[in-house]
This record gives sequence, C-alpha cells and structure tokens, in this order.
Amino acid sequence: MQDIPLSQILFVSTFLFFIGMYGLFTRRNLITMLMSIELMLNSVNINFVAFNKYLFPDNLDGLFFTLFIITIAAAEAAVAIAIIINLYRSHNSIDVDDATEMKY
Amino acid sequence: MNISSILFYAISALILGAGILAVTSVKIFRAAIWLLFSLIGIAALYFWMQVEFIAAIQIVVYVGGIVVLIIFSIFLTQQSGKEMNSPALSKKIFSALAALFGTAFVHNLIVHYDGFKYVSANPFNPNVAAIGTQMLSTTSHGFILPFEVVSMLLLAAMVGCIVIAMRPTNGNATDTNNETVSNTNTLINKD
Repeated sequence: MQDIPLSQILFVSTFLFFIGMYGLFTRRNLITMLMSIELMLNSVNINFVAFNKYLFPDNLDGLFFTLFIITIAAAEAAVAIAIIINLYRSHNSIDVDDATEMKY
Repeated sequence: MNISSILFYAISALILGAGILAVTSVKIFRAAIWLLFSLIGIAALYFWMQVEFIAAIQIVVYVGGIVVLIIFSIFLTQQSGKEMNSPALSKKIFSALAALFGTAFVHNLIVHYDGFKYVSANPFNPNVAAIGTQMLSTTSHGFILPFEVVSMLLLAAMVGCIVIAMRPTNGNATDTNNETVSNTNTLINKD
C-alpha cells in the first residue's frame, strides 16, 4: 500500500483527465462528448480520494466532495440526456455540426 | 515490487486502456462499453485505496445508473452498429498534441513538487458510521447544508428532465410555444 507514492495516483488521474479532454475535442456526437465529460469528472474524484487518504487521513472532507461530485454528475447526465433526446426529436441527429441555427 | 503495487499497475492499465478506447472507438455502443470498463476500473482503484463506501457508490451510481442511461439514449437516438464519422486527421493530431502538452505540463508540476513526499503516517480507515455522522451533523464540520442543497438540486434536475423530454401532448408538434402557454393556461384553470 505505502509502496505506491501519491504522485503515481496523480499521474493516473492526470492521464485520465487528458484522455477525456482529447475525446471532448475530437468527438462530434453529443453522447460521446458526455462520456468524455464523465471520464474527466471521475479523474477529479480519484484526486480527491487520494489526497484525503495520503495527506489528511484524519479528516473525511475529500470523501464528501467525491460524494457530492458523483451526485451532481448523475443530475448532469440525466439533464444532458433529456436535452439530447429533445434535440434528436427536432433535428433527427445528435451531431453538434447539425445544430447550427444559433451559431452566427 | 509486492502484490499491492502489481495490483495498482494492473488497475491503472485497465482504467487508462479502457478510457482511451472509449474516446477513440468508432462504434458508439462499443465506446459506451469501454466507458463501463473504465468506470469499473476506477471503482477497483477505490477498493485498492480502501475506501469501500465510495467504491460502492461508484458502482451503484456510475456503472449501474449513468452508463445504463447512456446506453438507453444510444438505443433511442442511433442506429445500432452504425459507425460514426471519424474526425479529420488534422483535428485528431492537434487534439492529441494539446492533450500530450497538458499531460506533460501537469506531470512536470507533480514531479517537481516536494509536498507530496511528506505523507501522513496515520492510518486511513473511514467507516460508514463516521461518514454518516459527519454528513448529517449540524456542527461546524458537518455537511448537512450541502446535503440538503444537493437533494433539492437532484429533485429540480429530475423534474427538469421530465419537462424537457416530455413530448408535446396536444396540437401540432412544431408550435411548442403556444402549447406551453396553453398548458400553463389549463394548469391555471385547474387551480
């Protein structure tokens, strides 16, 4: 357990965050963009738990931040999927390049 | 290198490999399944860090809730098995360069920061009773106010989802503004 320093866990979450960022840049489909955002939120959760465990083991604050982030991510995913389904109903596509009415 | 380190590297490889496949796969359903594996790997990482409660929440909410929601919406909006358009090569290259630059920057910051070496020696074993007591405590370190606020946010989000995704009931589907007005009117009349 103590053989793994904190920095290695931070490397994992950094890689995961930038994988999500790459997905957000390259994808043009709304559902896959939502999946990339979930990856980024999860990498932040890993950071909170790791900091709490390694640096402040007497407190529980990191765990509470993680719990609240998970809750808000669930609400965000539900609202996003409702918007996606509404967009599909009006445009017959969930590609962001197809919804350009308010672009200019 | 003991079994714990090997376990950590295996879990990290699962998370990152499945994450990369989730953002690069051209079939959207496969991307969702790779995202599922990545989230399971993150739950395993929480188990490895001995925060079993967060790991259980991760499995229940993410793996059992959000991924299922995403798969449902894929079935509602996509032809299954259809391949998505691949982005342009220049866009792929520049996005990968931006991600690599960001990774290298943060990596550099973490490597050269000394504060992470002074880890606390106290054991970290959060039991669920302590989490629940502090979550609902009204003292200065309690989290009762964020708890209540986030519960109201969840309720508002669920009501908002239903309102957004609801199919317009009467009249023609294109003129939604009038329908909203008429629905409001009927509600007011009922009151």
